[in-house]
Amino acid sequence: MLILECPYCGVKAEETELHAGGEAHLKRFGPGSSDDDFHDYLFMRENPKGVHFERWRHINGCGKWFHAARCTMTLEVFGTYSAQTYEPPQDIRDAISAKRPDWSWREFK
Amino acid sequence: MSDPVSALNGAAFSGMASVTEGGLAGMITLRGDLSSAKLKDAVKSATGAAMPVSGKVELSEDGGLCWMSPDELLVLVRYEEVEAKLAEINAGLKGEHALAANVSDARAVFRVSGEGAREVLAKLCPVDMSVDAFVPGQFRRTRMAQVAAAFWLDHDETFHIVCFRSVADYVFTLLSTAAQPQSEVGVY
Repeated sequence: MLILECPYCGVKAEETELHAGGEAHLKRFGPGSSDDDFHDYLFMRENPKGVHFERWRHINGCGKWFHAARCTMTLEVFGTYSAQTYEPPQDIRDAISAKRPDWSWREFK
Repeated sequence: MSDPVSALNGAAFSGMASVTEGGLAGMITLRGDLSSAKLKDAVKSATGAAMPVSGKVELSEDGGLCWMSPDELLVLVRYEEVEAKLAEINAGLKGEHALAANVSDARAVFRVSGEGAREVLAKLCPVDMSVDAFVPGQFRRTRMAQVAAAFWLDHDETFHIVCFRSVADYVFTLLSTAAQPQSEVGVY
């Protein structure tokens, strides 16, 4: 059972109260971009065994989107943070580094 | 005008807790900046209740304010007064980026009270219902089996549940089934 704390309403919500929104921090390549960039934006996703960043929506609650950093192998949650950001905040990165010193995910480490 | 009727016309069930459909209730959904002084004044004068903090409900004599999300309030008023209160809130919010809508007829309300009330809700919602965790005045939006619901606990250990009117019958059946006599789990 995955339990995430919604950063907007502070509720410790379990998985069934949430809706998964896929990989976090995607950069959109829309009209005018190259075919390769558009292809990668549409189809290329991380599939890590370990640290992962995801978007979640507190759908049966306050209805807000947020980000979560967790481990896909142990279901350990490193933290949740606001959706209004392009990259994981420093405190989340520090929390991950404390437990997984060698972690990296896409361009973040 | 035809007489308004609530979803289940006051249906009731009694088991390890008593479940009652709450009848007609006036509800206004308000979206806006909850920290704005203008908005606070508007809802205060409409209900007499103070602005609730995150995850709480503030009740007054004949109204209340529920914290729904960082930018949403549920304003509880008397059913007969809802149009007047809506006009009052809209007048108070003039010039403000906010939206208030009368949702009274889109909702159903239930009351669950009695010894087993916490257990009934714990069977249906993924919420910690222990006495220490869920205290009077707390408001929680969550899921009740397969549908969205919200509830708060008043100071008489009665839970007030709000759900969509279209699923009122489903929710009543859920609550009555969970409140069957001799179905106590004995956790709380």
